[in-house]
Amino acid sequence: MVEWTDSERAIITSIFSNLDYEEIGRKSLCRCLIVYPWTQRYFGGFGNLYNAETILCNPLIAAHGTKILHGLDRALKNMDDIKNTYAELSLLHSDKLHVDPDNFRLLADCLTVVIAAKMGPAFTVDTQVAWQKFLSVVVSALGRQYH
Amino acid sequence: MSLSSKQKATVKDFFSKMSTRSDDIGAEALSRLVAVYPQTKSYFSHWKDASPGSAPVRKHGITIMGGVYDAVGKIDDLKGGLLSLSELHAFMLRIDPVNFKLLAHCMLVCMSMIFPEEFTPQVHVAVDKFLAQLALALAEKYR
Repeated sequence: MVEWTDSERAIITSIFSNLDYEEIGRKSLCRCLIVYPWTQRYFGGFGNLYNAETILCNPLIAAHGTKILHGLDRALKNMDDIKNTYAELSLLHSDKLHVDPDNFRLLADCLTVVIAAKMGPAFTVDTQVAWQKFLSVVVSALGRQYH
Repeated sequence: MSLSSKQKATVKDFFSKMSTRSDDIGAEALSRLVAVYPQTKSYFSHWKDASPGSAPVRKHGITIMGGVYDAVGKIDDLKGGLLSLSELHAFMLRIDPVNFKLLAHCMLVCMSMIFPEEFTPQVHVAVDKFLAQLALALAEKYR
């Protein structure tokens, strides 16, 4: 089981309480599709992904980015049992969506870059440590049920 | 995944914009590397203090960033230009190449923090590709 210090819990909670899900969700998913273009393979039905500009203006992608970010709420509310909280979601990504779990790490890295841009100097070393620890637990849980 | 000429220009342009803060970014990036990925401290056991923000870490981060800037100048032939640095890393330092990716990530985070407007997704992909090419050139002599 993952151990969280009070400080780590406070940092993660604080990031989420100040989060603009629409802005950060859209920016993170767009950045992932632009920086790691092979991730576009999972978005065949999402309209025009021709170049960075069209990706950034794509409303379906924006909506999906928001949806993904709200998916993290579950981890936030169940920090002591993220593994089981995401068991069903993990199976969904494995069996229905067929997403290579390495993509979770790529999106997590993009999310970190976007949040760093938003928070600037407030994204301290301790904040980054706690945030990346949280994301790595989420990424691990999402890949857990693959078989 | 080699750089297009447009991306090379993007990298040169962004690094030029970044130059006033390059020391900060280098120092911060290495501090964050040892904090977020504590296993990387294993390469710094010869320092009295390898904690994030410590003097040796900051100083070394600046040195590394200097090397990265030097590589920008050699962007058209990284393998050739970084031959001796590659030998250093291969035969003396023997840093597992997986760590180049981890440091690159920390550099990207610092760039994003300090230049949020300029570090657009298009700049991000160009810089990420450049750092990956740089890592490949550094690992060239490993085996």
